[in-house]
Amino acid sequence: MPKTVFEPSIKSRPTYGVLEHRPGTAHLMVADAEGAQALLDLAHSAPPTLWTQAMIVYIPGRSGQQFTQALANLSPSQLHISPSYAAAQPRLHKILQTAHAGLQIYLAGTESLMGQAQAAAMAVGVPHRAVQMEHRGSLARRVQCVHCKGITENVTTDPFECSHCGLNLFVRDHYSRRIAAFQGVNIDAEDPGQVPPAVERFT
Amino acid sequence: MGLDFNQETFRNDFTFRNSPKAIRRFPFPFHEDGYMYSVNLEPHVPGPKGSVFEHTFDVDEHYVAEMRDRALVLAEDPLRCQSLPHMTLAGWDLLELIMTSKARDYPHWFELHKQGDKWHWINKPLEIEQKFTFGDETTLPYGPMEYITRQTQGDFSLQDHRDDNLWMDAGMITTQADWSLDFDVGMSFHEWHAPVPLAHEKGIFDRALKFLLNLQLGAPVRRFNWTMTVDPLLDTSPETYPQWGPTRASLTPETIGKRMHLRVELQTLIRLPRSNAIAFPIRCYLIKFDELVTVPKWGRRLHRVIRDLPEELAVYKGFARNRPMMLDYLAQYDDGTPTSPGIWPD
Repeated sequence: MPKTVFEPSIKSRPTYGVLEHRPGTAHLMVADAEGAQALLDLAHSAPPTLWTQAMIVYIPGRSGQQFTQALANLSPSQLHISPSYAAAQPRLHKILQTAHAGLQIYLAGTESLMGQAQAAAMAVGVPHRAVQMEHRGSLARRVQCVHCKGITENVTTDPFECSHCGLNLFVRDHYSRRIAAFQGVNIDAEDPGQVPPAVERFT
Repeated sequence: MGLDFNQETFRNDFTFRNSPKAIRRFPFPFHEDGYMYSVNLEPHVPGPKGSVFEHTFDVDEHYVAEMRDRALVLAEDPLRCQSLPHMTLAGWDLLELIMTSKARDYPHWFELHKQGDKWHWINKPLEIEQKFTFGDETTLPYGPMEYITRQTQGDFSLQDHRDDNLWMDAGMITTQADWSLDFDVGMSFHEWHAPVPLAHEKGIFDRALKFLLNLQLGAPVRRFNWTMTVDPLLDTSPETYPQWGPTRASLTPETIGKRMHLRVELQTLIRLPRSNAIAFPIRCYLIKFDELVTVPKWGRRLHRVIRDLPEELAVYKGFARNRPMMLDYLAQYDDGTPTSPGIWPD
């Protein structure tokens, strides 16, 4: 059973499963914060040989040192600890661009992390359904402003202020895999200045 | 030529209007005195002479002005036209379909001369003449989809058919009822329809997709959709919502007849021969309430449709706040007498 239970929503809103071992010639695992726990749980059911072919990219975020030693104890072929997704991107892209058929991809953690890594995999021709994803941790959203196209990370309230153009946006469940973001739409377009109080919805 | 096409604008001073002839042929979308979602697909076969169904692509008095408006939208925001890399062949399919249809149906305005893959296209209303090699993008000023849809009224999406689904992988979208191509490009059929209320629960999209996956070459289909737009603004995009949103709060009983427009989309779905993609033209027709009520049957019927519409749909279509004022206006044209079946004027 997935550890995170989401409210029923519309059909573009992504859903997530539970990581499971799939036969492959190499295994790319990308996780952030509590997403590490999904990899550790996978270790309970996966054969130990999985880890000798596993490349783990881990972004600890708010979890700090909590999971790093446990991940190292899995003895993956590579364990790369990165301070942010942006910092991890060049390495991820290199792995994806040089990947052979038979690469399995496992993503775990926040929607922002999984969405961006999935989009990177899609960009090199991996079908989106071939990427496994398990949500753990924060429900904060990555949201694209439909007006200025700027993306605001770690959105926890609805409405929120676009970090690029400053418009007050409400957060839709409509989601673009290509952009790896939910859609934000100006909440006071029809009645400028009438912005309801921000409510913590995504924590 | 100048007599065939209106000099008019869809922005700023909004001089758009329908001639009496255009009103009579307006595609009024309600065949009865009520509305609910349904899979209302019917064969896109030629309709009555002079009607919007007469030809595969209807070219009307608004053609030149609409194309000018599209060029302005694209200059402001090029993301309104996008084509994922695998969709170029479908773009050529669409170009061929449109050029062939228009040259056949409107020979006084459009000509297409072919010698093998050397094509010569003449578009007299827009004063365009182009010699190019079919299949060679470098011989056109834009990609094939963008080139031909800059010369064709209506929005267009091209849907790739794979994995038993349709994927909106290309489009020219500048006359949309508040949805973003830039956000939705690449989505599957159910994903891009995700925000639509009520219809998923009724199984509308499951049935529509099943039908469309079986769409055959040479057997296009069509349906209507509709909403309301304040002022004749073709480009009601989410991108520009902060600019046009306030107009929804600015209607008065004195201005509603002139400013509120029924916005009708004639949507057609056409299988393309080489790519096996589906072309999805979404042709937008606007009519002011003042123009619409000159057809008594339509005034009566629109009053009943708007009055009885579920609130979720009025909210989704963006006119919930104006519904009471719309009903006050339309009620003046509803004497309670029965209406005849079908969409055409009596």
